[in-house]
Amino acid sequence: MNQGGKIRVLVAKPGLDGHERGAQVVAYGLRDAGFEVIYTGLRQTAEQIVSTAIQEDVDVVGLSILSGAHLSLTRKVMDGLKAQGADDILVIVGGIIPDPDIQKLKDMGVGEVFVSGTPVSAIAQYIASAVSTRKNAG
Amino acid sequence: MNDSWENLIAGVKNRDIRAAARLITRVENRAPGWKEAMSRIYSRTGSARVIGITGSPGAGKSTLTCAMTKELISRGLTVGIIAIDPSSPFSGGALLGDRLRMKEIFETPGVFIRSMATRGMLGGLCQAARDVVRILDLFGKDIILVETVGVGQDEIEVVKTADLVMVVCMPGQGDGIQAIKAGVMEIADLYVVNKADMPGVDEAVADILAMLELSTETGKPSAPVLKTSALKNQGVKEVVTAFLDHRTDEDRRQAKAEIRAREEILSLLAQEVSGYILKQWENENRFCESVNQVLKKQKDPYAIVKEMTQRFNWS
Repeated sequence: MNQGGKIRVLVAKPGLDGHERGAQVVAYGLRDAGFEVIYTGLRQTAEQIVSTAIQEDVDVVGLSILSGAHLSLTRKVMDGLKAQGADDILVIVGGIIPDPDIQKLKDMGVGEVFVSGTPVSAIAQYIASAVSTRKNAG
Repeated sequence: MNDSWENLIAGVKNRDIRAAARLITRVENRAPGWKEAMSRIYSRTGSARVIGITGSPGAGKSTLTCAMTKELISRGLTVGIIAIDPSSPFSGGALLGDRLRMKEIFETPGVFIRSMATRGMLGGLCQAARDVVRILDLFGKDIILVETVGVGQDEIEVVKTADLVMVVCMPGQGDGIQAIKAGVMEIADLYVVNKADMPGVDEAVADILAMLELSTETGKPSAPVLKTSALKNQGVKEVVTAFLDHRTDEDRRQAKAEIRAREEILSLLAQEVSGYILKQWENENRFCESVNQVLKKQKDPYAIVKEMTQRFNWS
């Protein structure tokens, strides 16, 4: 990591579900873990998320999804990042994700899936180590 | 993607969004080579108009920024936005939430939004913001809006580097206007009372006008006071017209440019010198030791600084 560089994380809620609490808790928790968190709130389209991730040059995109549409929404974001040549950005997913879908998300290229009940500290730890591994590799 | 400085700068010139975003990160992180990179682009900047937007929290700066951007785009201009929020002094992290109010322009062609944390650098925010402005300028943005919360001297210094400063207030603030006037009073070129659909708007305008009357600075044309409801898109056209038409008279502009150049050289020099000494100090592991000596009352800070600078024959 560059001297003085901060890990930048976009926390976004794609799709139509209106339950923002979880995303907010994660956003605040990640700030307290020392990350710079860009929070864009509810009802984001995949296109909005991709364009924000690129302009803000984030290291990580965190998607919070409780609507049940996690497979299609995540697919759209992954495809969008890829189309922009930005698939080096780490994507993680949180929310209500049934067990069988976790592997499906990872097969799409999602780095990790955090189901409800995960402490924010675990997410922060994962991000810190995954980003430093990626930066060293790159 | 080849991330060399040269490639990134070439990318920005070609209006490659990703290259611009990455160059900003690199420069913001003060990655080795950043000064040389800024030096290379400096001569190609200076054509964008930079508008500083400040005001107390909750006045509607981000919503207004979004509404003004839509208006500017409709007039065929391209817009860069730098939205600054504070870093936590405890964790060093930051929650950057200005985009929450700008969703409508996330994908608008010609708009580039960058959120920036203050990062608690001594005087560093100002320089970092200036650098990002220059990168967006090189990127070809016609108008650059720099939005910051009007609390804290550092942030007021940031808007001061703009060509034009807009202070956003809202009705019912009462003493809020009093609170932001220190330091802001002298630099505002334009006042906007936002949320003009709420009661108390005329009182707020009257408060500002009364305050302006007390200003004793001569030769400065008094700043216009406009009303908007950014959410309802009312009055926004007038604000945009006001700042596009705003012309500072030549003497004043010259004086401002001179102060700016002076301040920038001094701030870069101060950072360079203190950074250099601190680095040497840290190499010798003495900084922590010195802090401990002060805590234990074995030494005082004055003596330590003298000791550290003596080798340069300064004092």
